[in-house]
Amino acid sequence: MSVRSYSPLGRLERKWGWLLCAPFALGLVLFSLGPITTALGLAFYQWDNLTPPRFVGLANWHQLFHDELFWKALRNTLFYVVGSVPTGVILALGLALIVNARLPGIGLFRTVYFTPVVTSTVAVALVWTWVYDSNYGLLNYVIEQIGKLVGLKIKPIAWLNDPRTAMPAIIAMSVWKGLGYNMIIFLAALQNVPRELYEAAAIDGANRFRQFWHVTLPSISPVMFFVVVTSLIGAFQVFDQVYIMARDGRPANSTLTLVYYLYNHAFRYLNMGYACTIGMALFVLIGAVTGIQLVLQKKWVHA
Amino acid sequence: MKTSMTWNKKWTAAIVRYAVLLIIALLMVFPFLWMVTTSFKSMEEAFRYPPSLIPDKIHWENYRKLLAALPITRFFLNSVKITTLNVVGVLLSCSMAAFALARLNFPGRTLLFAAALITLMVPWQTTLIPVFIMFQKIGWKDSHYPLWVPAFFGGGFAVFFLRQFFLGIPRDLYEAALVDGLSPAGILFRIYLPLAKPALTTLGVFTFIASWNDLLTPLIYIDTLEKMPLTAGLSFLQGQYSSDWPMMMAGAVVSIVPVLLIFFASQRVFVEGIATSGIKG
Repeated sequence: MSVRSYSPLGRLERKWGWLLCAPFALGLVLFSLGPITTALGLAFYQWDNLTPPRFVGLANWHQLFHDELFWKALRNTLFYVVGSVPTGVILALGLALIVNARLPGIGLFRTVYFTPVVTSTVAVALVWTWVYDSNYGLLNYVIEQIGKLVGLKIKPIAWLNDPRTAMPAIIAMSVWKGLGYNMIIFLAALQNVPRELYEAAAIDGANRFRQFWHVTLPSISPVMFFVVVTSLIGAFQVFDQVYIMARDGRPANSTLTLVYYLYNHAFRYLNMGYACTIGMALFVLIGAVTGIQLVLQKKWVHA
Repeated sequence: MKTSMTWNKKWTAAIVRYAVLLIIALLMVFPFLWMVTTSFKSMEEAFRYPPSLIPDKIHWENYRKLLAALPITRFFLNSVKITTLNVVGVLLSCSMAAFALARLNFPGRTLLFAAALITLMVPWQTTLIPVFIMFQKIGWKDSHYPLWVPAFFGGGFAVFFLRQFFLGIPRDLYEAALVDGLSPAGILFRIYLPLAKPALTTLGVFTFIASWNDLLTPLIYIDTLEKMPLTAGLSFLQGQYSSDWPMMMAGAVVSIVPVLLIFFASQRVFVEGIATSGIKG
């Protein structure tokens, strides 16, 4: 402690520091640290939220490892993550490169591309459900027309009612909805790349592609890292669009995700303890994936 | 000759770029157009194949039916109330904590900041059940309190975001104001907050959107139809009238218009603010 902390100024800062932080500190205990400890504890109990909790040791964890539906939900979630994150990141970068230009009206395009981000998943998932409709949907109509143009007769696809297409259809909607967010972040990064770097590369005779590969990508790699990590974390938590577009993991549990499974156990089957076990598994999973990213970044992020 | 060729090349490049921009814009906007046009169609027209783009006749009755079937005005007012309280709560509690963490010297500061960063990694679904039980125990289930009270206790991301912004405001300003006899709280409210307007706007709009669009929280806590905000009401509508697409689209339109208005009004500051938070990460 410096001399400062015993001075009148030190006392003043101490008093106000604690006062101003009080709500936030209390919130950390009430809504984060406390609950995470409780969740960890509850994962060892069986509890229906009506009768007193019963200690069951590792039974929940044993059940988790042998619960086929949990593994199914885990596989579906991983499928969603793998299907949506790389596509979303690459397309968002492409979009950022396209809107990174000084052209009249470019601001309007950026705003339009960002619009799906701000609207609720519930509302857009509803429209997309309608677009995907197997009998009256717009998508099948468009595909049918394209088929006619090239002389093919394409049968209507039951997008959300076929276990093979349901998850890909949800992924496509999610990528569409989230593109604008990462685009804006990439755009800011692109505009921060020093102009001199491009000029130097041009003098060395690098073409546009080589400039992108050797100048742009290394320069934006820290932001790329941020985007990949936040997208991964977000994708593991997918719920809203599945709830609207494929209630209860329909068809045949092909769209059941981890958070949806947690929700079902906690609030429909009233298995609070088991739901907490699923929650801890989710925490471990996200923590592990984030940790792996942190290690891997040393290989590709230029900071 | 040579100049006209490069001139031509430049024009072709610009036209190609605009064409690409327009096609993507169409892909982004089309679902919304489809939502709006469907909301004005009759049931018969909505289920017509091949689909029609523009309704034969504007059918306002989908909106009238919506208002009659569900307490939409109630939902709307609930959303406004919950969202406003969330924005006020987050801005107030987070700017206080962020300012203290950025400028004041007090024991426990480092620990508090570290704890805030750690909680950023915890998915909120993991803490969902204990928090739910706590609110249920104090009798707040089926009330609006669980949907806005936590906002007044701040959040790790918002505190982190504002702290970074406050650190960018010269320290001299703080010290000069202390000499002038202002208390730290006075400095926060009279000097730092006015200077942090872009960051506060961004955070405010972020909070607005997240709160307005939140589905899971109201789904868990609210049982009474009249207490639901719009998103939960909309998902309820889907459960009840799953084949009345014109009416459901009317509901979707009603639920997104307020967010779109706020977004278009603030998009300049907002879009720039997201850009800065991205760089910081």
